[in-house]
Amino acid sequence: MESFFSRFRNSLALLALLLAQTLALAVQVRRPAELGATDGHNVRLLRYWVLSVVNPVERAYQSVDQGIHNAWFNYLDLRHTRQENYALHQQLAQLRIQQAAIAEDAIQGHRLQGLLAFQQHYVSSTVAAQVIGTSGSEISRVLYLDKGSVDGLKPDQAVITPDGIVGKIRDVFPHTSQLLLINDQTSGAGVLLTSTRIRGILRGTSTGRTIINNLTSDDRIKPGETVLTSGGDQIFPRGLPVGTIEFIHPDPEHQPYTTIRVTPAANLTQLEEVLVITGTQPNLALQTQQDLAAGAEATAEAKAAAAKAEADRLAAENLAKAELEAQQAAHPDGQNDSAGNPYQDQTAAQIVADRLPNLHNGQDKTSGKLTPGAASAVTLPKPLQTIRPDHYSPGAVPPAASMTPGAPPSSDSAVQSPAFTSNSPVAAQQKPRHPTTETPPSDQQN
Amino acid sequence: MASSSYTSRRQLEEHRFHPLIAVLVPLSAIVLQALLPKALPSLAILELPLLVTVFFGVSRRSPAAGALTGAAIGLLQDSLTSQPIGVNGLAKTIIGYAAASIGLNVDVEALTTRTIMIFAFSLLNSGLLYIINRRLLGFFEFHLQWNHELTRAALNTALAIPVFLLLDKTKRRD
Repeated sequence: MESFFSRFRNSLALLALLLAQTLALAVQVRRPAELGATDGHNVRLLRYWVLSVVNPVERAYQSVDQGIHNAWFNYLDLRHTRQENYALHQQLAQLRIQQAAIAEDAIQGHRLQGLLAFQQHYVSSTVAAQVIGTSGSEISRVLYLDKGSVDGLKPDQAVITPDGIVGKIRDVFPHTSQLLLINDQTSGAGVLLTSTRIRGILRGTSTGRTIINNLTSDDRIKPGETVLTSGGDQIFPRGLPVGTIEFIHPDPEHQPYTTIRVTPAANLTQLEEVLVITGTQPNLALQTQQDLAAGAEATAEAKAAAAKAEADRLAAENLAKAELEAQQAAHPDGQNDSAGNPYQDQTAAQIVADRLPNLHNGQDKTSGKLTPGAASAVTLPKPLQTIRPDHYSPGAVPPAASMTPGAPPSSDSAVQSPAFTSNSPVAAQQKPRHPTTETPPSDQQN
Repeated sequence: MASSSYTSRRQLEEHRFHPLIAVLVPLSAIVLQALLPKALPSLAILELPLLVTVFFGVSRRSPAAGALTGAAIGLLQDSLTSQPIGVNGLAKTIIGYAAASIGLNVDVEALTTRTIMIFAFSLLNSGLLYIINRRLLGFFEFHLQWNHELTRAALNTALAIPVFLLLDKTKRRD
């Protein structure tokens, strides 16, 4: 037996190691119920031990790198401070104007949401954190932050930048936390397409892309459309930028679904500082409410000023009209036509023709001729069609010269009764009328 | 006069390392692997822990020691990821064992041999990760882009040559 172990020592060592790790994998895969969930206690402990060794080095590197970076860029920044300050003041003024324009809409929208009992969550508190390290693997898109549970961080908190969402906190240690990026293959987020309002699930891939693959083909979804968080995942607050649609193509493995690739709004490969959302609230923050109220007040003032200016303009117009009428009353010879021109050079017939509707509206007044375009537009009155045409009206019956004795040669004559002959008055009524008196059906209705 | 006789390549070229070197070099590889992509994200394509595993495997020429070294390095690597612990551990265990086994039979000091060996082990590492993720963990959406993996293998090979030359200086023969 001893010789067996010594002979197959290497193979047995390999088998033992593989078996132990396979069992460990099986336990870990079984334990977390969902992808991206935090680890069990033992695994977490192992990660913590390794991080305790690696993190001090990462922090030291980070502080040295930050020191050099700050020393250089602070100098560069100072050189352009004055210009940037001026540009920022200009931008601030423009933003104030824009804020005043949208503030009232925002308040109205907020009020309507309240009426409809929407469960909207607003970001109330955040913690700024620095990225100090990575997982070092292309398969696992994980970053390490320099803030942990001591700073109020907890698993499943959303992590954002001013550009958009970045990921969520996966695991938290006392002074460090693990950030799972949205392009990791175990990551997911509820999203909303801006223009079509279609909801989907954003997922990461093993190659570091972000895709939506649970939507069927829809012609309304176009590249370039903005994608926002929907708030349905209970992690990311609603309305945060996610990215834009890069392209859409059918998913050959999962028909009839499509693969929609999304370009993240945040640059996930060059993250330095991030914001961890540590708290949300159903109402807007007090400061934000005050800002919106101030903006709405400014909008109301601007609207009142615009209304006052419009009223002044109308009053001035009325005053001018009144003065003109008084002037006309004082000079009765100088009448005006409908266009406000004096009637001094027109005859009485022309004035009447201008004021009364007549059959010659399309006629050129000066020449007295109908213009070709206007002639077709004029509707001439027609006499009403008689219900029972008599024999005395001209054209009601054909002339005697055209009439022949006997019944007309017709195929219908075989089935007609003798009373319905061409000579009878009733038959005469059945005959088509003379072409000159024939009117189209539309005219007959008139 | 006492004389020593060598009966195999293993006895001829088996190397030992100072315990500090045996600990610090893998740790440095892990830390560098975590730090380099932060400075330059495209450097995540490198696989320093793999190079260290192969180096210690072929130098010690003991398959059991190679497997153990690979397992330790792989587990450390897994601890920094979001993956279950054991994914890289399994892959590096097999690679450490295979490297040591090859070191017993082939002269791995030659430049050509090293180049081919590192290239092959880099591809083997990618293939093992693919199998573990898809078969053991059930990540059926896990895909490999083989062009990318060939590039990774070439870059790791290019890096391994100077790194191995540097690490050769830490060897000591008993």
